[in-house]
Formats: sequence, C-alpha cells, structure tokens
Amino acid sequence: MNEVNQLPMWLEVVTAVLLLLSSLFALTGALGLLRLKDFFQRMHPPALASTIGTWCVALASILYFSGLKQAPVIHAWLIPILLAITVPVTTLLLARAALFRKRMSGDDVPAEISSGRDRGH
Amino acid sequence: MKRLFPAPLLSLSLWLLWLVLNLSISPGNLLLGALLGFLAPILMAPLRPLPVRIRRPGTILRLIARVGIDVVISNLQVARGVWRAHRHPPRSRFVTIPLELRDAHGLAALSMITTVVPGTIWSELALDRSALLLHVFELDDDAPFIQHFKDTYERPLMEIFE
Repeated sequence: MNEVNQLPMWLEVVTAVLLLLSSLFALTGALGLLRLKDFFQRMHPPALASTIGTWCVALASILYFSGLKQAPVIHAWLIPILLAITVPVTTLLLARAALFRKRMSGDDVPAEISSGRDRGH
Repeated sequence: MKRLFPAPLLSLSLWLLWLVLNLSISPGNLLLGALLGFLAPILMAPLRPLPVRIRRPGTILRLIARVGIDVVISNLQVARGVWRAHRHPPRSRFVTIPLELRDAHGLAALSMITTVVPGTIWSELALDRSALLLHVFELDDDAPFIQHFKDTYERPLMEIFE
C-alpha cells in the first residue's frame, strides 16, 4: 500500500453520497419497526436495509476500490445477489408463522386460501 | 459428460463464483473452483433436486432490470410511508392473487422477487399452487395491482421456466 492513487474529487463525492443514502434507508427501516403497529406492516421496512441499503454500499465499494486500483473491482456485487437468495428464507418463515398464530388466535387475517386439504400434492 | 456434470449451469456458476470471490485466475484457484463445481451437484443429489430448464436469456435480463426498477420505486414508497406513518397510517392489506405459474423453480423465483421488493410480503401459497396470498404495504385498488403483478412478474417467469 505504498502507492495510493489519488481519487478524483467527483468519485469521492459520489461514494460519500451513496454511503449517506444507504444509512438513511437503513435508519428509515429501523424507524419503521418502531413506528408501525401491525406485525405484517412491520415486516416491510427492514427490506429497505437488505435491498437498496445494501445496493448503495456495494455500489460505493465498487466505485471507490475501482478508482483506487484503476481497474474494475466488482465482486462486492455478489453481496446483494447472495442476500436476495437467502433473505426470502427467513421472511417466508416469519410470515407463515405469524399468519398461523394470528389464525389460531382468531385475529383479523384472511382464511386459508387452499380449498380443501385433499387437493394438495 | 452429462454424467460427470448433471447440472452444468450450476457447476459453471459455482466455478465463476469461486473465481470472482477470490479475484484470481491462478491455476490453483481455477482447479479448486472446478472441483467445487464438480462436487456440489454430486453432494446435492440426495436432496433430489427437480430438473430445471431455463430459456429465453433476453426475458431474464429484462425481468431483472424491471425488478431492479420496481425495487427502487417500492423502497421510496415504503420509506415515505414510514416517515409519515403518524399522520397517515399506511393502508396495508392482504391480496389474493390467482396464479397460473406452476413450476417450482418459477415459484421460488417469484418468492424471491416479492421479498426483494419491500412493498410486498409473500405470505401463503395455496397447496395446489393456484393462488398466492400477498401482504401489500400501501394499496388502494386490488385489480390494477394484481394485473401489474401478473404481467410484469408471472408472465416472464412462465416464459422462462415452462
């Protein structure tokens, strides 16, 4: 690391803006958990952090390190892709469990949408 | 060849993933990545994965671009809904969407799309895969939303997987 390239000003500004945007979205996601009352409503805001929040950080990292090394460094883009594959697993589990509990306790949620158990595979 | 690599697409993506993660195309990494691509499908065979057939790369790229745009729009909508939640509580609601897509991989891709878009939560799939229960963060009218969902996501997935 004895030879560090000087980053152009505009690249530093773009990186900083992307990082700020990302933290703003993550903050909004956390605020959503605090402000919203209903369980299913509260499942939406955390997705802000796992989608656009992560995208902005990944993009900032790609731009910054590509600028430093004077060559494209794009492997940070794998993070949003791997997140998109793994996040649905927990989200689906949470939603299914919440729906089951709310139905059991007679809350105001839609009834089961499968018509009869015998039709399943 | 078919017996050595039962899932060539998976093997190839794992190999590429390994090389990108290590940021190197040295002979050692080429070999390790190839070994990973060769072993992973064999180790996964006891899980009995369904054979998958993917077509229409153009449709795939268009769908990815479309989802990317929708994710940004939906992010802004949910963020706005959160910031003004005190004065205007979001009109969230469950929507039942009739499905024509039956392929398991297509449905998995659809569940990924609904999860990545912050405004929608995949809540339940009917046992016979004929309907889907979605929770939508902000919604006034069911019919246009269902139409948009089927046109932009379900139809391309049917073209790709069926």
